[in-house]
Amino acid sequence: MSSIIFSAMARLFFWAMLAVSIFILYRGHDEPGGGFVGGLVAACSVAILALADGVPSARGMIRVHPVILVGIGLVLAIVSGLPGLVLDASFLTHQWLEFPNGFKLGTTMIFDLGVYLVVFGGFLSLVFRLYEEVS
Amino acid sequence: MIDFIIEHAVVWPVAVPITAAALAAMFWLRQDIQRLVSMVGLVLMLGASLLLLVTVMQDGVQARQFGSWAAPFGISFAADLLSAAMVMITGVLAVAVGVFGLADIRKREEHSGFHPLFLGMLTSVNGAFLTGDIFNLYVWFEIMLITAMGLLVLGKTRAQLDGTLKYAVLNLFSTLLFLLAVAILYGATGSLNMADLSRILATTEPSAALTLSAALFLAGFGIKAGYFPLFFWLPASYHTASITISAIFAGLLTKVGVYACFRVFTLMFEIEGSGLREAMVVIAAGTMLFGVFGAAVQWDVRRILSFHIVSQIGYMLLGLAIATPLAIAGAVFYIVHHIIVKANLFLVAGAIYRATGTYDLRKSGGLMRTNPLLAALFLIPAISLAGLPPLSGFWAKFLVIDASFQGGENWLAAVALFVGVLTLYSMSKIWIEAFWKAPPGVRQTARPVPVLMLLPIAALGAITVTIGLSPEPFIQYAQAAAETLVNPEAYIVAVLGESAGPGVEIAFDPATASPIIIEESVQ
Repeated sequence: MSSIIFSAMARLFFWAMLAVSIFILYRGHDEPGGGFVGGLVAACSVAILALADGVPSARGMIRVHPVILVGIGLVLAIVSGLPGLVLDASFLTHQWLEFPNGFKLGTTMIFDLGVYLVVFGGFLSLVFRLYEEVS
Repeated sequence: MIDFIIEHAVVWPVAVPITAAALAAMFWLRQDIQRLVSMVGLVLMLGASLLLLVTVMQDGVQARQFGSWAAPFGISFAADLLSAAMVMITGVLAVAVGVFGLADIRKREEHSGFHPLFLGMLTSVNGAFLTGDIFNLYVWFEIMLITAMGLLVLGKTRAQLDGTLKYAVLNLFSTLLFLLAVAILYGATGSLNMADLSRILATTEPSAALTLSAALFLAGFGIKAGYFPLFFWLPASYHTASITISAIFAGLLTKVGVYACFRVFTLMFEIEGSGLREAMVVIAAGTMLFGVFGAAVQWDVRRILSFHIVSQIGYMLLGLAIATPLAIAGAVFYIVHHIIVKANLFLVAGAIYRATGTYDLRKSGGLMRTNPLLAALFLIPAISLAGLPPLSGFWAKFLVIDASFQGGENWLAAVALFVGVLTLYSMSKIWIEAFWKAPPGVRQTARPVPVLMLLPIAALGAITVTIGLSPEPFIQYAQAAAETLVNPEAYIVAVLGESAGPGVEIAFDPATASPIIIEESVQ
């Protein structure tokens, strides 16, 4: 099934949803959102692309194999716990960097990014396999 | 640096394999790198387990809180002698099976993600042994289930899908029961930390909710461990996987269920006087008998061995049901002995397959003549499993049966002895059919077995012989482990700290997100 309208719209939706997913990821620390939901939305954005243009084209769009994303995400999540282990003597104790203007950056962000990638990659490998069986 | 590593000894056995799993997943398209990462990870994990064992033996129970959230609110990791022994044996087995896998795992299976899944499964097994939080234990069980299912279908054959379906349905049901038990327990006590629960439950009046929760724990762990009458999924699924995977499953996965039973029913719930003991005794006897009867009629080596897992699990539960320190020590010894021997037998089955091309005993034969080394290496775990002296199985059975006599359960001891005889029957069946008799087919020459297969079999056999010839330090260790299980004060203090004795109220300060002690203990 290929439709020019769907294909064109899918491209639009792909970028929009990817942007929203990153916003959700960023928003997640104190408000509803976070890596898990963000990752799901991001995976949906690619899933739409896979529906419109087929799985090979969607695979080309993200370039790397989804499982590699899971691996990178897992490594990021583990790495985010290390500063706590070294500085505070407890794994996953998150450290914060505070800027003078009140902007805060913490290792939780790295952890959440890890979760984002794990969910993104894990969900995508599922979606790709299922769509491939159909087509 | 050294101090830092020792201080966090309880973290490494989980941190190392999960990092290795992540790295292996990162190199998804490069199987050679995955193999390297996997091997390095397994060796480091063995080192980490050894470090934990030594640290626990020297300094007592080790505990850590993740993210600086103090117990009982955060997630604790704690290792007493039993946990340390289980982690140690996991490390040994992982390396042995990993090396065997180098010769056995096919390219296709590596391509489907053997290495990340295998390392992920080891992470969850170690996590389950080390966690001090009952809900966290549930999470590790889930990870174990997911990775185990992935490993079972690695070959993508019809038989594997069938086996995995049976495995998944029963095990999902078991984790559901477990979750239900945790929910009821949380509702009744308001805590999930096992050390905290131990403290709370010691002073709580028995209630219907708690009894129900205990029964659900027993049922949930029981399915996982393969207790009678819910063991049938095990022989239906284990033999479908590749033999490397069957070996690690046979050695470790059911034992995680057994371990969880030991943890919950020594630390949290009393076995005495709650009706649990009577139930456990019947289940233990049923597990021993039905497992061994099931094995007697099988002709596939892997199915015989799978049924024997069930039968042997009964001995461990027997120790827990009798619940004297002697019996629990016997059961701990039994678990350690059994993990090594059972995994080794599966590895031998893999070597038999490599040599004869079949798992069916009726079609194989003649290995005694063509491969005498393998024959000798089979005899060590086989005789040990049957419980003949002087190998490790003899001491294990001796301790458990002795404890049942002393505990006044003579008929259980008789059942255990009878099952031992039938086990010997099964082992001699494998011996006669695969090794002794002349091969039935035209093909007289057996294929050679690679060194990478024989090496782990020999190494595990050497451990069995060592335990058998000098059981004294191992029995002493088991007795010390049983002592800390029966009197869990050291465990509780290590997790909750000295201040958290009875009478201390801990509240949660939302501003600083750390617990504060409101009221000092009034003596």
